[in-house]
Amino acid sequence: MSTVEPPPTIGYGPMKRKEDPRFVRGQGRYVDDLKLPGMLHGAALRSPVAHARIVSIDTTAAAAHPKVKAVITGADLEGLGLAWMPTMSADTQAVLATDKVRFQGQEVAFVVAEDRYSARDALELIEVEYEELPAVVNARTALDAGVPVIRDDQEGRSDNRIFDWEAGDAAEADRVFDAADVIVERDMIYPRCHPAPLETCGAVAQMDPVMGQLTLWTTTQAPHAHRTVYALVAGLPEHKIRIIAGDIGGGFGNKVPVYPGYVCAIVGSILTGKPVKWVEDRAENLMSTGFARDYVMRGQICAKDGKITGLRVHVIADHGAFNATAQPTKYPAGFFHIFSGSYDLEAAHCHVTGVYTNKAPGGVAYRCSFRVTEAAYLVERMVDALALELKTDPAELRLKNFIRPEQFPYPSKTGWVYDSGDYEKAMRLAMEIAGYDELRAEQAEKRARGELMGIGISFFTETVGAGPRKDMDILGLAMNDGADLRVHPTGKAVLGISAMSQGQGHETTYAQIVSEELGLPSADIEVVNGDTDRTPYGLGTYGSRGTPVSGAATALVARKVRERARLIAAGMLEAAPDDLEWERGRWFVKGDPEQSKTIQEIAMAAHGAGDLPEGVEGMLEDTCVYNPPNLTFPFGAYICVVDIDPGTAKVQVRRFIAVDDCGVRINPMIVDGQIHGGLAEGIGIALMELIAFDEQGNCLGGSFMDYLIPTSIEVPAWELGATVTPSPHHPIGAKGVGESPTVGSPPAIVNAIIDALHETHGVDRIDMPCTPSRVWEAMQGNATPPQ
Amino acid sequence: MQIPASFEYERATSVSHALELLRDKGPEARLLAGGHSLLPMMKLRLAAPEHIIDIDGLAGELGYIREEDGELRIGAMTRHRELLESDLLARRVTIITDAERVIADPVVRNRGTIGGGLCQADPAEDLSAVCAALGASVVIRGQDGERIVNMLEFHRGPYQTAVGDAEMLVEVRIPLHTGVGSAYEKVERRYGDWAVAAAGAVVRLEGGAIAQAGIALTAVGPDVTSIAAQDALVGQPPSEESFAVAADLAARDCSPSTDQRGTAEYKRHLARELTLRVLRTATARALRGDA
Repeated sequence: MSTVEPPPTIGYGPMKRKEDPRFVRGQGRYVDDLKLPGMLHGAALRSPVAHARIVSIDTTAAAAHPKVKAVITGADLEGLGLAWMPTMSADTQAVLATDKVRFQGQEVAFVVAEDRYSARDALELIEVEYEELPAVVNARTALDAGVPVIRDDQEGRSDNRIFDWEAGDAAEADRVFDAADVIVERDMIYPRCHPAPLETCGAVAQMDPVMGQLTLWTTTQAPHAHRTVYALVAGLPEHKIRIIAGDIGGGFGNKVPVYPGYVCAIVGSILTGKPVKWVEDRAENLMSTGFARDYVMRGQICAKDGKITGLRVHVIADHGAFNATAQPTKYPAGFFHIFSGSYDLEAAHCHVTGVYTNKAPGGVAYRCSFRVTEAAYLVERMVDALALELKTDPAELRLKNFIRPEQFPYPSKTGWVYDSGDYEKAMRLAMEIAGYDELRAEQAEKRARGELMGIGISFFTETVGAGPRKDMDILGLAMNDGADLRVHPTGKAVLGISAMSQGQGHETTYAQIVSEELGLPSADIEVVNGDTDRTPYGLGTYGSRGTPVSGAATALVARKVRERARLIAAGMLEAAPDDLEWERGRWFVKGDPEQSKTIQEIAMAAHGAGDLPEGVEGMLEDTCVYNPPNLTFPFGAYICVVDIDPGTAKVQVRRFIAVDDCGVRINPMIVDGQIHGGLAEGIGIALMELIAFDEQGNCLGGSFMDYLIPTSIEVPAWELGATVTPSPHHPIGAKGVGESPTVGSPPAIVNAIIDALHETHGVDRIDMPCTPSRVWEAMQGNATPPQ
Repeated sequence: MQIPASFEYERATSVSHALELLRDKGPEARLLAGGHSLLPMMKLRLAAPEHIIDIDGLAGELGYIREEDGELRIGAMTRHRELLESDLLARRVTIITDAERVIADPVVRNRGTIGGGLCQADPAEDLSAVCAALGASVVIRGQDGERIVNMLEFHRGPYQTAVGDAEMLVEVRIPLHTGVGSAYEKVERRYGDWAVAAAGAVVRLEGGAIAQAGIALTAVGPDVTSIAAQDALVGQPPSEESFAVAADLAARDCSPSTDQRGTAEYKRHLARELTLRVLRTATARALRGDA
């Protein structure tokens, strides 16, 4: 098939994604596409119950299955010192259960067989005797006296508390609340949901016994960090481990942790001497891998003379059976302390208590920079609650309380320094696109006719791009990223980055950054990511850290190469380097623009036989590590319009206006695509997604028939707008955008639902997911948190 | 990837071949029609039939919609998509068109069949209620011939029907009358989800009064047909008052349970609300003469 190549594009601007031709043709290369000679297949036996002591495991019949090559249990792993592994949060997690099972779906045994069918069949031949224990399901009561201790594997432990953590000034907050003339309190839950990437997690492990080399093709958003974890867990020398991520079919934070299945595939390959593939099914992904949120929150907001003065929050954070959340070490509640949002407060304080429950481990940052989503939801719901109390328009209340442009860099009451922003401008633009006043008039008319229409606002500020090494790390590893850039003699370049695309379009965006800096066509720049042997060390793609960290490293390495090109060009033009001036794509002699060398000519000269200026080495390449001086603070103004059927309580999102300010936009088309996807996910979270459990700890969300994700029918035609406030400290002024829509949209939707129902039905609170039944119950005065 | 347990597979070439296979393989054999209920259950290992008799090849023999002897006859292998796109159904039994619009999604509708849906008898399946409201009967064929049973007899509760081990459903028959209007409405949490609750109504008007009414509910308990509501309407003028009486009875007599889709109270509310709505729509259609 012949294709028409688009004209070469240089620099920033809308450009079709370089990776899409293979994706839209079904030619992506995912882990499950890999077939190696002699490859075996693994499958995990999982616990049917949430909490039980393991009395015995009998694998005799499974091992006797003619196609089974190995059956691995926790006892076998104990002999290898691999029964437990470190989590990303300095806890330990069972690879295969030895003493107890602690959540339904936990891995108990692993079978390696000649094909996937036999592996699954053999699981049914394993006999496990469980002695059931009461399950701890409700995080609110997990710390009560007499509740079973889940983590009795930890010496000296007598309860289910993981941590207590505070930010802000409690005494100052008390003072501000005492002086306030209005205080509003709300209980709310950000329920447990799941990133649910369409590609589930999986791996192919190949231990080469001759070379002593382990190659692991795996679904990971952080290949280098995973390699270090395997080196630490398995005691394998790190230089003998190669992680290859290939194409990843969505991650959203779900593919940050290291899962037991990966480790079992490695052990299976070591034991059998053959490559072992393990790919989980949908139920396994939903039931056992990193969930998100599950924050039970009590917020208090106060105001004096109509000005918001303080915000206090208590949180119970349900982390499941192992603390496997991936947060920077110093911040067990992630960046939740961005909860004072976009407002200039006098005081703010939060207290977060993390607890163990008999549920799957996680608390991953689902399209979110470490709990920013929970924080934005809290503050935006609280501001609306205050607006109801003050009988003020919620837009007006926000406009009155925003941090003003001249206050940046703005030190927040919880320790952040916001880099830049013009909140009023974004808010006014969103109101203009929405036709805010007309919408309010329409709402009044409809209300008079008995129709239910709501207008909801959310204004969020994120903190992304982790992060400065002085402030944060994961597992002791600095959250910095590298970039390697090589320009070949013919002017074609290869860029290696430590970020790892899961669909974000890295191959295009990063090529455009190099293109902008060097003037090479984007099509001439190949971006390599996800292969630890071909890319520089770094912590991967999550928490909207791609452009803020790896993007900065990319711009800086391109500038280093450009400076080296200047020296070479100076020799070619017989001029002093300082006499040269850069114009995108070429160096020329100041005052004599005809005297110039293009970057391609310089690349050839750098590799050519001719002399180079003294002190200049050959070739045209460099490397760079970026340590961000601060995080970046994207923001946005979202307005949602809902219609609610008064008879069935079904919510329809009719319009959604999203004005995002993510600083400088490299590829506006990709930015829009990111926002579209994130808004759809926000609608899913607000209206339908829930990982629920019954009282015995059985997971009720283990399939796409039970765990609903939105379709095109549930989403409106998005109405997007943009303001651009560059980050002052970022090399190209970019702030990151991938997660803004998921962070910002749920509170706008919930606020719209309350707005629709407050006047007629007295509804002043409702928790997600706002299913028809839950909305109807709220209309009857029975708003309850989900189970 | 979810993987079923092993099973034997055979493809039937005719209805009589399928019936022979059913007889030979015994009660552990299952017919595979469109495959959108059975295959997911097998992949989850909730079902592990020893023999699969694939009747997809009978889509020609059993895939039809035609008017005959004052009845509509629909072959059991007629696919949802064909039901949705049928002009004949849209004109004469609009309730089927209404229901098909909200049954699953195009991928399922392209393969799933009316016979498969009725025989699976999932408690949230739509066509059982639709056929009950229409007063339909079904033709069940065995080695020894055919029998015709009405929907009340056929549908025996969740996952249970009158079809015996060595029998198969081959046709659905719907009586046709003049002066009839019908409608179906469903509430789902998301497009393509099973019903939280749904209601169907068929109303026949004669001389300004309701001569005959069919009311059936989906996903609110084992009894699909709402007999008290139907009886209350007969002889009444089609009015908000008579509809409200019927809707109250439909809500009173259903037996919903609380689950992830909604509370029992909400579902009972929906039984009333949706019964009202479909009665209004069905009556308006009957008056307009568009069934």
